[in-house]
Amino acid sequence: MTRVGIAAYGITPFTKNDQKIESVLLGSVKNLFDNNAKINRDDVDAVLVSTNDNSKYLAPILSEMTGIQPKIAHSIENLCNSGTNTIVSAYSYIASGLAEMVLISGAERYDSPGQILTWDNSRGEFKHPIFWASIFTKSYKQKFSISDEQLALVSVKNHKQAQKNPNALPMGTCTIQDVVNSKKLTDDLRLLDCSRPCTGSASILLASEKIAKKNTDMPIWITGIGQKTTSAGFTKNDSFSSMESTKLAGQAALKMASYNTKDIDVTEIHDAFSVCEPMALESLGFSDMGKGMRVIKEAHETNNFKINPRGGLIGSGHPLGATGIAQTIEITQQLQSKAGSRQVDDAKVGLIHNMSAAATSSTVLVLEK
Amino acid sequence: MNFELELSKGEFSIPECTICKKIVWPPVEFCNHCFGSVSLKKGNFEGKIIEFSRHDEDYFCIVEFENTIKIMAKILKIPEKGQKVKISKCGISNGNYYFYVN
Repeated sequence: MTRVGIAAYGITPFTKNDQKIESVLLGSVKNLFDNNAKINRDDVDAVLVSTNDNSKYLAPILSEMTGIQPKIAHSIENLCNSGTNTIVSAYSYIASGLAEMVLISGAERYDSPGQILTWDNSRGEFKHPIFWASIFTKSYKQKFSISDEQLALVSVKNHKQAQKNPNALPMGTCTIQDVVNSKKLTDDLRLLDCSRPCTGSASILLASEKIAKKNTDMPIWITGIGQKTTSAGFTKNDSFSSMESTKLAGQAALKMASYNTKDIDVTEIHDAFSVCEPMALESLGFSDMGKGMRVIKEAHETNNFKINPRGGLIGSGHPLGATGIAQTIEITQQLQSKAGSRQVDDAKVGLIHNMSAAATSSTVLVLEK
Repeated sequence: MNFELELSKGEFSIPECTICKKIVWPPVEFCNHCFGSVSLKKGNFEGKIIEFSRHDEDYFCIVEFENTIKIMAKILKIPEKGQKVKISKCGISNGNYYFYVN
């Protein structure tokens, strides 16, 4: 089976702009080809679009807008981890030999319908994500004796790191007191504990080993993939203080790549809400259960950007269909030593964690030079 | 089996497979274990509060029934984890289920 690598990428700044989804998509694809002029668009075998937008036929539309006539063109939707699901589909097309080069483009508008899973009636009238996040937060804080102030450090760290990310939704820095005193959404959740929906786009060109090496001097290889769906409904989670799908996806990805968590130099974690960052780190095995905040605190105090260097979802914004792709671009840049002032020293192996609907499904990718 | 018809009349019932007797939640036409037909078990079921928080003046909680079904419900008095509750009001509004427990 051929190795599959990232040959090129493009991204747009995350904003609150009211743009047509087609224009949002086009932005990062143009950025990709502007920065990689030698790539021949005729070599693109497949165009995959990741979005929760309700617009139809977006992959053929994007293909037409970019002068590509691919063999394969379709959209993929899986709520917040649509992006990495699209990467995994592209990987599969290439690994199976159905395609040599696949363009993946994720985009979302600030008013995405993907924010609410209307099907999940077990949540009753509490379908907005702030309600599952409140239950997670309450449960996690109680189980592991974590205070609001301790948890607020996630938001402080990620807003700090986002200042080094030119594509982050502009939000500025914040202190622990700013987080704790920000608008109270529920007894257990403050506004600054939340990622913000926004408009944004991110694109990646994935290719077989031969084609990747032809098009870039610094291909980054996808060497581990793990995915798990435990349910669709939030209340089906057995635990509200850990993430089972993340644990299983992480184990599978690390096994495929033949690595342990200690081998991972830099990681993108799906911090949709503050509590998600320590919970995911623990479920992935980066710390013992209940000790995730220690890892986060140490990284923050030493100004080590190894966890969510671009600022995570909280610091950068969360354009659902683009998020997993933006996370993957960040790890790619880190491994290529192209992350500028966000750069983690000597990063060789990186991990991406992208999840949906209160961690009912997770995707984990391992990338390396 | 028409869970939603009963719910819209204010009746909370528990969907159960007629073949393997497993509870089927969320309610669908066929059992997700054996694809058997599903019927509705009626009763004044007692549940247990697993977790809760508060939004403005309203407490919301996760309630577990029969060690299987978990729903999110509103409760008017200050809840406690482990508290035993029953559904006091339920229905469908604008396509969304709603549940009150006390």
